Amino acid sequence: MSTETGTTHGKSTETMTVREAIREAMREEMQRDEDVFLMGEDVGLFGGVFDVSNGLLEDFGEERVKDTPISEAGFLGAGVGAAATGSRPIVEIMFSDFMGVAMEQTMNQMAKMRYMFGGKTEMPITVRTTEGGGMGAASQHSGTVHTWFAHFPGIIAVAPGTPAAAKGLLKSAIRSDDPVFFFENKMIYEQSGEVPTDPDFTLPIGEASVEREGDDVTVIATQRLVGESLQAAEELDSELSVEVIDLRSLYPLDTETIVDSLEKTGRVVIADESPISYGTHAEVMARLMENGFYSLDAPPERIGVPDTHIPFSPSLEQEVLPSAADVTAAIRRLT
Amino acid sequence: MVSIDIETEDGQKEALRRMMLIRSFDDTAGTLFADGEIPGFVHLYIGEEGVGVGACAALEPDDYITSTHRGHGHCIAKGLEPQSMMAELYGKRDGYCNGKGGSMHIADVDAGMLGANGIVGAGPPLATGAALSAAQKDEDRVALAFFGDGAVAQGQVHEAINLAATWDLPAIFLVENNQFGEGTPVEKQHNLENLSETAEAYDIPGFTIDGMDITAVYEAVQEARERARNGDGPTFIEADTYRFRGHFEGDQQPYREDDDIQEWQSRCPIDSFASRLVDAGVMTDDEVESLRAEVDEEIAAAAEYAQNADEPDPTEAYDDMYAVSVPELTMFAGRSVRADGGSPTNTDQ
Repeated sequence: MSTETGTTHGKSTETMTVREAIREAMREEMQRDEDVFLMGEDVGLFGGVFDVSNGLLEDFGEERVKDTPISEAGFLGAGVGAAATGSRPIVEIMFSDFMGVAMEQTMNQMAKMRYMFGGKTEMPITVRTTEGGGMGAASQHSGTVHTWFAHFPGIIAVAPGTPAAAKGLLKSAIRSDDPVFFFENKMIYEQSGEVPTDPDFTLPIGEASVEREGDDVTVIATQRLVGESLQAAEELDSELSVEVIDLRSLYPLDTETIVDSLEKTGRVVIADESPISYGTHAEVMARLMENGFYSLDAPPERIGVPDTHIPFSPSLEQEVLPSAADVTAAIRRLT
Repeated sequence: MVSIDIETEDGQKEALRRMMLIRSFDDTAGTLFADGEIPGFVHLYIGEEGVGVGACAALEPDDYITSTHRGHGHCIAKGLEPQSMMAELYGKRDGYCNGKGGSMHIADVDAGMLGANGIVGAGPPLATGAALSAAQKDEDRVALAFFGDGAVAQGQVHEAINLAATWDLPAIFLVENNQFGEGTPVEKQHNLENLSETAEAYDIPGFTIDGMDITAVYEAVQEARERARNGDGPTFIEADTYRFRGHFEGDQQPYREDDDIQEWQSRCPIDSFASRLVDAGVMTDDEVESLRAEVDEEIAAAAEYAQNADEPDPTEAYDDMYAVSVPELTMFAGRSVRADGGSPTNTDQ
């Protein structure tokens, strides 16, 4: 981690990557609360397949940084049982594509227990998992599935686009008494930015963040596409004033921030790496229609994966993965 | 200390009472369901009482259990109140889950009862997790998963046993082999003669015991608990038993013969334990009968209570989704017109 520090809004910050931000969030919360523990495949000795939990085993020991067998249904289910009995597990599912084998415990146990039991249990579990294409990992290791979880009642779903959002939201997720899915786009682990150093820095779940202010067009983006959209906005700076919002929280969704922006600009691009049909875009668009229909100057644009899986060959993968160029083209169609 | 010490006369009487309570509860639930009083569907535990009561008697009060869709017996065995259970079956506000769970989801986490469960095989991973929690906090607690023979074919059950065995967790896996997974006989669902042979794959102790004999269950679970608490990991117990009723109430049961049912009924866990107590001079026949009458009265009162209890207010449908509620619930609840034609109580924001 860089030792370079600075200040933002009078608060001290340091530059760190998304990877470091996630690691520090876990470290701080494990120091703060002894009921917090991490388990998953290769999270300990190996340090996490993307190096995210590197060093935590040395700091906290194998009781609190548990390497599991390749057994997602078993250890995710054990996480649910542990959460119902006073622990605060962070469960890592190495690739979100693997959630298929653990869906039963997610949809019928984790998401429903509080409700089915009339509120008489807590479910303070955080599930961290990776999403996104861009590294030639092919269809079973590149998907973006967060819409499934944002759709399912009883689950909170967050998907940060910056290091600060990653740290602040993960700390809130771990402290939450509700089950939170924390989606990490694997292509932005190296992205760096300013992150507050205060160990009690958290970000409220359910709030989007205006990352760049503008007057002509709003881009509502998630994860990797936040950076791509900021780049597009920068490139168009001489001709258009583009507002970029990091949605951050998929459910609950910050209707107010996105509608306020629509009322200001009248034009919206929604950029999310989900397959487009029934994707996160659709819910964002529905909220805009329901709450800001008369502010629209043009139909909103959706940028995402055009309903394919992620192919292996780099030339094919680049074809379907949305980028700054796709955001720019969408903005141009709107203006 | 065990929950019910069935080596003492008082404990034996209490164990008998608990089994009778389950029988009476489920007989009553079956009748009320047939009368259309109880909505949804119910799965009765009649015939299997010796397993639930024997196992829970051997556990300590703070221990955890996970249950199944056939969970009424486990609840009563763990000490839950029939009155609040019956209210839950009726969908009333005073039920264990405020009417949100019903027969298949009765839970009382504070009492260590982590829920009946509508998904076959979903309990064992939860029990492994509860055992993990207890081990990490160094608490003197174990977690016992009740599951059926049908669940032994589920992948997540094996994952849960493998984890608990690999990590030496204080867990007990107790299969209630009632000879049928839904409507299909056990031998058509598994290649093993005894399901307890499953234990060999995980290098943990495995036993098949007579589930119609409460003392056999009690002793096996007591031993398994001891092993779990000593850090020696989980035990796999198969209790051979039989459900005297169908898979669900209304099941026409084309898959079995009356003779088979009668043969197992002759080994009824309640009657056989009662006769043993009479033979041993612990109770007289009259005392057994008056205990049965007392229990029936208690269950009749529970049913009457449930019938007269308050319905939940419709707006309670929006409660308990999250520890901290989300704006969506308020926003969308405001669009729902009440079943009685009334106006939405929440306004869209």
